[in-house]
Amino acid sequence: MLIPLILLPLVAALLAVVAPWHQARSLLLVVGSAGHLLMTGVLLAQPAVVGTPWLGLDALSRLVLLVTSLLFFGCAFYAVGYLEYHRVRGNRVMVPCLLVFLSAMTLAVLARHFGLLWLAVETTTLASAPLIYYNRNRLSIEATWKYLLLCSIGIALALLGIFFIGYGALVGGVHPVDLQLDALLAAAPDLSRPWLHAGFVFILVGFGTKMGLAPLHCWKPDAYGEAPGLVGALLAGGLTSVAFLAILRALQLMNAAGDGPLARQALLIMGLLSMTVAAISMVRQPDIKRLLAYSSVEHMGILAIGVGMGKLATFGALLHLVNNALTKGGLFLSVANLQRGYASKKLWEVRGAIATLPVSGTLFLAGFLAITGSPPFGPFMSLFTILRGVFGQGATAVGLGMLVLLAVVFVGMGATVLTATQGPAVQLDTPYQDKLLVVLPPLGFVLLVLVLGLWLPEPLVSLIREASALLEVTS
Amino acid sequence: MSESLLANLLLLSVILINFFCLGSARLVACIRAIAVQGVVLALLPVAVHGLCAHSLVLGLGTLCFKGVLIPGLLLRAIREVRIRREMEPFVGFATTLFLGTLIAACAFLCADWLPLAAAHHEGLLVPVALTTIFSGFLLLMTRRKALTQVLGYLMLENGIFIFAVLLSEALPLMVEAGMLLDLLVGIFIMGIVINQIRREFSTISTEQLTALKE
Amino acid sequence: MLGRIVLHLLVLLILSPLLPGVIAKTKALFAGRIGAPLLQPYYDLARLMRKEFIFSRTTTWVFLAGPVVGLVVPLLAAQLMPFGGLGASLSFRGDLVLFVYLFGLARFFTAASALDTGSSFEGMGAVREVTFSCLAEPTLLFALLVLACGADSLTLNDLLGPALAGRWHSGQAASLALIAVCLFVVVLVENSRIPFDDPNTHLELTMIHEVMVLDHSGPAFGLVLYGAAMKLLVLGALLVRLVLPLQTGHVLLDLLLLVAGLVGLAVLIGVVESTMARLRLPRVPQVLVGTTLLSAFALVLVLR
Repeated sequence: MLIPLILLPLVAALLAVVAPWHQARSLLLVVGSAGHLLMTGVLLAQPAVVGTPWLGLDALSRLVLLVTSLLFFGCAFYAVGYLEYHRVRGNRVMVPCLLVFLSAMTLAVLARHFGLLWLAVETTTLASAPLIYYNRNRLSIEATWKYLLLCSIGIALALLGIFFIGYGALVGGVHPVDLQLDALLAAAPDLSRPWLHAGFVFILVGFGTKMGLAPLHCWKPDAYGEAPGLVGALLAGGLTSVAFLAILRALQLMNAAGDGPLARQALLIMGLLSMTVAAISMVRQPDIKRLLAYSSVEHMGILAIGVGMGKLATFGALLHLVNNALTKGGLFLSVANLQRGYASKKLWEVRGAIATLPVSGTLFLAGFLAITGSPPFGPFMSLFTILRGVFGQGATAVGLGMLVLLAVVFVGMGATVLTATQGPAVQLDTPYQDKLLVVLPPLGFVLLVLVLGLWLPEPLVSLIREASALLEVTS
Repeated sequence: MSESLLANLLLLSVILINFFCLGSARLVACIRAIAVQGVVLALLPVAVHGLCAHSLVLGLGTLCFKGVLIPGLLLRAIREVRIRREMEPFVGFATTLFLGTLIAACAFLCADWLPLAAAHHEGLLVPVALTTIFSGFLLLMTRRKALTQVLGYLMLENGIFIFAVLLSEALPLMVEAGMLLDLLVGIFIMGIVINQIRREFSTISTEQLTALKE
Repeated sequence: MLGRIVLHLLVLLILSPLLPGVIAKTKALFAGRIGAPLLQPYYDLARLMRKEFIFSRTTTWVFLAGPVVGLVVPLLAAQLMPFGGLGASLSFRGDLVLFVYLFGLARFFTAASALDTGSSFEGMGAVREVTFSCLAEPTLLFALLVLACGADSLTLNDLLGPALAGRWHSGQAASLALIAVCLFVVVLVENSRIPFDDPNTHLELTMIHEVMVLDHSGPAFGLVLYGAAMKLLVLGALLVRLVLPLQTGHVLLDLLLLVAGLVGLAVLIGVVESTMARLRLPRVPQVLVGTTLLSAFALVLVLR
């Protein structure tokens, strides 16, 4: 069941490569993602899935798999309308790349072997680079180059970190040395400490680059800003979650070795730094998509802080992972609609969005409220849980710092978003209108986030509880 | 003894190639040097672990990918963009070379302080791996041309590969093959992007890529 | 001791003009020519020596000191240097520093005699020669230090003694190989060989070493040529000893080995000269800095 889950998008991608018609390729995208979501649902419904040493499904991967699959389905649905609009540019590259991207993300989520995990994450970089270059202009090529080079180097460092951990096992006298997660977890107490620590730092830096934690985030505003909205949504919601999962795997290892506090401290520092950098950059940000990118940096910081604090905050952070992914989906897709309508993403041109494009404009506003943690949306719940965890552990300074930064972000982002959405209607130069196909997915995401804010389904709670138990110190 | 001597000679030639790339302005020569480095790396697993199926297959794969295919892709890219030399790097060639040697000296002198496994204290694998990684970084940081930056990335990967030779029992062949394949595809995509950069900006200097900023 | 000195002198005086002959022959063969006979340098020297001294009125004694010192220095340096299996005739602590700076002395006098003529071309040549030599000097010193570190001694006789063969089989083989390459470059630079300088060029602007001795003629020029050949032999002997540290214990066999090694080196230089183009002038310092760094790196390898 696990292998077909990875192969399904891959097969669909292959079919899309050979498919001669535009419509057929779009259809394949939807079918592939729907099938993926369906299989994910079936898998999650089973209480225990038999894995191999290579692939497996624990609570953490269930959670991330669910998020990724759901987000991708929404984006695939949206892509049909989007690609219809950009008919001239074709979808011969876009659709296969998207499907390979999905397959690689799935592989990364399911991987139980560090080598395989690295391989999958690197493949996501390669598959997403052509997606960022979709618009084929100077700016997008600059963004693609930065993304490709920085992420490749980051990922290379992560590989070095993985090797350091393997070498730590070798020095520690573990025999046979195996980079399989469970084997490493079992051998963790024997690992040579200096190598393990160095390995964790490199993995944090490497996958942190991919995730976009400050100060390794510089590719993020460029890539998110220039990529099509749906790609931005997939990167901000899906890929970052996958990269975060990779860091969590290393955290698991550090925990098992009894060095959890050290790793958590590192995460905490990077998290606070990310929030600060993002908050500063978001004030007076004139570009809506870059604004969202910095928001992504901010929320990656929040995830890192949550996991860094541990206990209740970990639960909050994992819940926030879900909320953030879905909200980012809604935000990026609605902003993509606005961008298409106004043919711009600059604040001085995007004005009066609610009056001009009522549905997309309203969704954008709602998404903004959700992502900044306003009730009654889901992120409010998760942010509240994280803060409760932070204050509960007596880390008042961290908690207060987070509150201040969240306030700064709210004001900074609000100034931009309200300027864009409020005001009288504008005459648009483009023939774009809000159609059902491109409005439904963001609407779905925003509604989902709203529901999560009002009512947390019991299976989800228990899944997150199980997942956060994996991240706690076991001894 | 003869095996480790062979390995040491191979590793030394890796370092010499690093120095060459740091000090040379001719891109084609640099690409060829990286290709030679790939071939040397292909021999390394056999030299370190002796003749066994794993190291043979790994060596053969490395030879194909790092020695032939990737340099071939880069040479094709360079033909298309018609650039021969790295002019005016951010830091001069002699300076980078000096820094490279300094790094190598540090890596060699510091490697003894690292908590290495007893068997690796004498060997050159770890310091050479570190030197190659840092040389790659140096190349990435000090050069303007996109193509040279790709070379720096390749050198970085080569350094990691050398480190991986220490661990080859832990790395299944499939993963290693996947890594090589990923690298190839990565370079392929980078080559395409470089070509697009040239088409858009009529240069492959990454200095032009500064439109996106706050 | 006295026997050693005489033997060294004989080897040096008799064999040295052979090496330029071998190089020229190799280059001729590469170019598809028959070329001048192997012993042509001997004939040249004999011819030059038969001529009379002619000095410009503007020159002083310095002008003649250049060739003379250039001849004496290799003779002295040769005493410090073990020739193949034959030990050095003079040996004391720190003689390797003297060895390096004896050549510095010769260079100083050659440059001074070039400046003494007052010709701008010769001044230019002197500048280049001094620049390149001072860049090559650290390489030579580092190389000798590498040898010294392994031998725990500061005399050339010990550095290049019988223990050298054993070091090629130890972990130091790599750094020895490195400094061998570096020393080869030093030999090329110090003896004004392609790719650093072209001894056959006849365009003043591109010459380096040759331009300094443009005004020397007759026996003075003969001394210059003879000195240059001996310098090549002494430095070459260092390299040959490093690469071929074999020792039979029999004087004649050792001597034969040395000669074979030197001829091999000369052939190698000839091959390099035939296959390589001359480097652009700004590239030369880069290459020399590179070899300096390489030899420094070799030192690091030994110290490790």
